[in-house]
Amino acid sequence: MSQAFPGPHGAPVAGHVPVLRLGEVLLVTLQGDLHDSTAQQLQDDLAETIVHSGATGVIIDISGVEIVDSFLGRVLAEIAGQTDLLAARTVVVGMRPAVAITLVELGLTLPGVHTALSTEVAMELLTGQAPSSRFGGLRQERL
Amino acid sequence: MHTAAGSQARLPIRSDMDLVWVRQHVRQSAAQLGFGLVDQTKLVTAASELARNTLVYGGGGTMETEPLTEGATHGLRLTFSDEGPGIPDLEQALSDGFTSGEGLGMGLGGARRLVHEFSIDSSPGAGTTVRVTSWVGRPPRPREEA
Amino acid sequence: MPEQAESTAGSPAFEIRDFLRRRREQIAQRWADEPLFRAVFTVSRDEAVEAGKAVVDALAQVADAARVEDPDAAGFTTVREQLARMGTARSRAGLSAAQVSSELAALRPPVENLLLADLPDAPAEHTRACVTTLSVLMGTLRVVVMQTALSEGQALIDRQRLQLLEVATPVIKLWDGIVAVPLIGTLDSARSQVVMETLLESIVEQQARYAILDITGVPTVDSLVAQHLMKTVAAARLMGAECIVSGIRPAIAQTMVHLGLDLGTVVTRASLADALGYVLHQLGVGIVTPGANGTNGAVAR
Repeated sequence: MSQAFPGPHGAPVAGHVPVLRLGEVLLVTLQGDLHDSTAQQLQDDLAETIVHSGATGVIIDISGVEIVDSFLGRVLAEIAGQTDLLAARTVVVGMRPAVAITLVELGLTLPGVHTALSTEVAMELLTGQAPSSRFGGLRQERL
Repeated sequence: MHTAAGSQARLPIRSDMDLVWVRQHVRQSAAQLGFGLVDQTKLVTAASELARNTLVYGGGGTMETEPLTEGATHGLRLTFSDEGPGIPDLEQALSDGFTSGEGLGMGLGGARRLVHEFSIDSSPGAGTTVRVTSWVGRPPRPREEA
Repeated sequence: MPEQAESTAGSPAFEIRDFLRRRREQIAQRWADEPLFRAVFTVSRDEAVEAGKAVVDALAQVADAARVEDPDAAGFTTVREQLARMGTARSRAGLSAAQVSSELAALRPPVENLLLADLPDAPAEHTRACVTTLSVLMGTLRVVVMQTALSEGQALIDRQRLQLLEVATPVIKLWDGIVAVPLIGTLDSARSQVVMETLLESIVEQQARYAILDITGVPTVDSLVAQHLMKTVAAARLMGAECIVSGIRPAIAQTMVHLGLDLGTVVTRASLADALGYVLHQLGVGIVTPGANGTNGAVAR
């Protein structure tokens, strides 16, 4: 993109967000301050990638995102709805407390979106595996 | 384009890119005035909503920032103005779910819940001015309706 | 005495000023035996006498400026801090404001006796004027002490309010991945904000999938409190944690029904124990009763 000029916190870059593939799951990491057009682009890219790859899950890591306004909130909700239609599930991961409080205050609670504290937990959710390391010990002793 | 938080500033809102500048400028100003992380996030989010309204419905305009002092308390006032078509029915525009463009219709009503003071001045053909103010360390306003 | 002859012509305020300077040592000695000084300056009597002299000097200065009725007189500046310390020390010892005030009043009679002894031959009218002036001055001293004690009390209240806000929100780790916040007292907007932020921060720190908000200690739940609870639960969910509200007492449940308050989809449990049981079940953790079949541990780990 040609219009990138330097800003105080590093230039906000418009363009594509990389989509990583881990087996059946697509991993997207959002960082910093997103352009509206970048978010929109991601939504289109994801729909296409799911269809091509046959992925069953999408993890969107927003732990590096400082602001989710109603626009980005809507994009996240729409990605979730869209992946649902394509028989896949979306999990939004790592939302910061300040962002969560603000979204609730805005009135956006994203009811259709799955959430998780970390990518590990999200992977467990999506691949349907029993929680392994963390609670495994507990289960064994129950026998 | 970027001024110190302690002084007044006026930023253009003409494009997608300007929304990013607006958010970063409000974040910096709020942090320098001593706003906590949650209050910074609320104010920046409100600014983002209002700047997008200015861009999408007002056809572009400006944001002015003004640091305030009341006794020992610091505050930040943001004024968004455009010369667009204006809002015919303010009551309706402020209610949740109302939208005439993109977004979830949370723009005005949502932004109002994120700040301490909110005022809007608009009439058809005369453009729109929205002014919001938040104060450091003041608890959030309770929501009017349950 | 020559100086006595000199000052009889002066105004009562100057008479009192000269008297205070002349009798500085004796006044301080007598005050040192009064309960107020005895209780505050416990280390040595000399300390009490020195403190008494400082107060006498201040009073003389105020009289010199002819401002015996003014609690803001410059003369009090030097002893204001000491007076405040004395007032606070007495109220910390459990005395009421009225008791502190009467201890201060007890400082006047010994001074008055000394004054009367110094004016045996003065005209009755002049004596009366001097005694009145002294009374006014001692009254002003009382006002100064009470004023500083009060503002000290206000500062203390402000400090404690802030501390309470932080202290009253402990986050307890109940289990790997489970945190709990027992809420005690009234939830206003400022407090709710602190509770919400503290809980959400601890969810991240502990990577807690479950958070229990226990409201057993919250006296009333009105629509504002219900709204705060719902907001906290919604924010926790956005972060990927489930928040359970426990400790809804029957009386509170009844009020909520009367007010038409609905906690919506929020998971609620009667007690903290019930909530913990629910969460452990969700995590697939079982509880084994000790002695039932020879197992030695009470809780499976």
